[in-house]
Amino acid sequence: MSNLIKNNRYLILRRVIQIVILFLFFAANKWGWNILVGSLSTSKMFDTIPLSDPYAVIQMFFAGAVISSDLILGFLIVVAFYGLIAGRAFCSWVCPVNMITDLAGWLRRKLKIDEYGKRQLLLPHQFKYWFALVILIVSAITGTAAFEYINPVGILTRGVIFSMGFGWTWIVAIFLFDLFVMKNGWCSYVCPLGATYSIIGSKSVVKVLHNKDKCTACGNCFKVCPEVHVLENVINKKSGFITGIECRNCGRCIEVCYDEALKFNLKNFVKGVEK
Amino acid sequence: MDRRKFLVQMAQAFGASIVGGTVLTGFVKENQDKPLALRPPGALNESDFIKTCIRCGLCVEACKNRKNPYVESGQKVITLKLGAPGDKVPVGTPYFVARTGPCFMCDDIPCMNACPSGALTPEKCKNSKGEVAIDYARMGIAVIDPNTCIAFWGLQCAACYRACPEIDKAITIEWKENKRTGKHAYRIPVVHGNYCTGCGMCEKACVTEKPAIKVLPREVAMGKVSDRYVKGWSKKDQERVKKASTTTTTKTKRSELNPIKNLNRGVKWDE
Repeated sequence: MSNLIKNNRYLILRRVIQIVILFLFFAANKWGWNILVGSLSTSKMFDTIPLSDPYAVIQMFFAGAVISSDLILGFLIVVAFYGLIAGRAFCSWVCPVNMITDLAGWLRRKLKIDEYGKRQLLLPHQFKYWFALVILIVSAITGTAAFEYINPVGILTRGVIFSMGFGWTWIVAIFLFDLFVMKNGWCSYVCPLGATYSIIGSKSVVKVLHNKDKCTACGNCFKVCPEVHVLENVINKKSGFITGIECRNCGRCIEVCYDEALKFNLKNFVKGVEK
Repeated sequence: MDRRKFLVQMAQAFGASIVGGTVLTGFVKENQDKPLALRPPGALNESDFIKTCIRCGLCVEACKNRKNPYVESGQKVITLKLGAPGDKVPVGTPYFVARTGPCFMCDDIPCMNACPSGALTPEKCKNSKGEVAIDYARMGIAVIDPNTCIAFWGLQCAACYRACPEIDKAITIEWKENKRTGKHAYRIPVVHGNYCTGCGMCEKACVTEKPAIKVLPREVAMGKVSDRYVKGWSKKDQERVKKASTTTTTKTKRSELNPIKNLNRGVKWDE
């Protein structure tokens, strides 16, 4: 039992954080709590600290909106937190869609879809960056933040906090897309929000550190990693940080590594390893 | 990776993203224009509103958790809702349905003051002197269907008039002779656009099965007079056309002659 917890410590912690954030939002609407009010697009913490979805703010800028000082401040706080410290952690520690896609990914492994199934739809990872860029152009053409019309992160969070309406169709679609169409399809290949956080978090301090001397090349990390390509150039090849900007800092690789060859570390404070 | 592979993959990803982008453009165009949505007080005009609203829901929560919520048969009546997919507004934007949840016009305007993005702004809740008050909100305008309004039948009603928070200003009752009986009066409700806030209290109070008085966004319900027409008896209205942009004049065959000559055309004069 204690092993089960140890081997899933980050997973459990991530789920707790994701659910607590959703619950605080829900409670703010339901009972007027003021710890975290609003939704993931913009919120207020303790009635004072504004937080804003950076991609939504950029889209609004492209749409031609006048950006208020509150949004700029919220934008800067979020960009500073993920850019300096946490990396792409939003995607695995905050975003509620991650729970849906992780479930799909887990089921996909259990059903052995990648072993026996049809070759999956292929898209290069860079698709999401181009998509993010194209959406900015669409925002400029349509004069409104275009991704927010289909953003499943917003639709799911608002669905939990306010009302779901037909939003569940998006959630089911993403679940089935990841399960049957494309492995880790939404988060790794499509989501422009993930693309934004990848870019924002590329120079962050917290990264996963690999120790080649301890690695026995068991391949456990490759099985669970949702962004496998970030491991490819590092694992069992050299000691150093996983520097691929798409690493979500989810910590799954650390948990499944029984050789203890992986751990979180602070990139700028470790000497003698490749950065 | 060689250069060709790199370029082809990039072109492929870019091309694929254009596929997504064009579909999205169509989808957004289809969904951004929902002209019947009633917005909270202080909202920018609709096209700026959907640009500026970041869809956070802070206004909705400020409305729901306001100090003195209105309770009807044990249930809080909640005005503002956040559009979910399937609601008839752009997803994630705040709106209200006047018949079931009209705006109660809180004095402190909590929804407007909660807005972090400026999509709801005191600028749009001001009178000409620059004073901000909920009475100057222009969420919509009440429109009466004279076919189904029972006051137009000659029945005594005035439910909308009595429900109106701007009573005797936004809705007045006008008396007219009922010629059918010869001894009764019609008491007709009349909406005045320069006072109506569009709160929807009248629509909620309307006694007919489907409301005969409805609140519609001003952009939808109201016309617009060009500079060609002016109230000749009003100095204020004459101010309006002082900087008239139109310089066109109507030219017909008649206007070739001056009015007197035109009127006198064909008149036989006594020698």
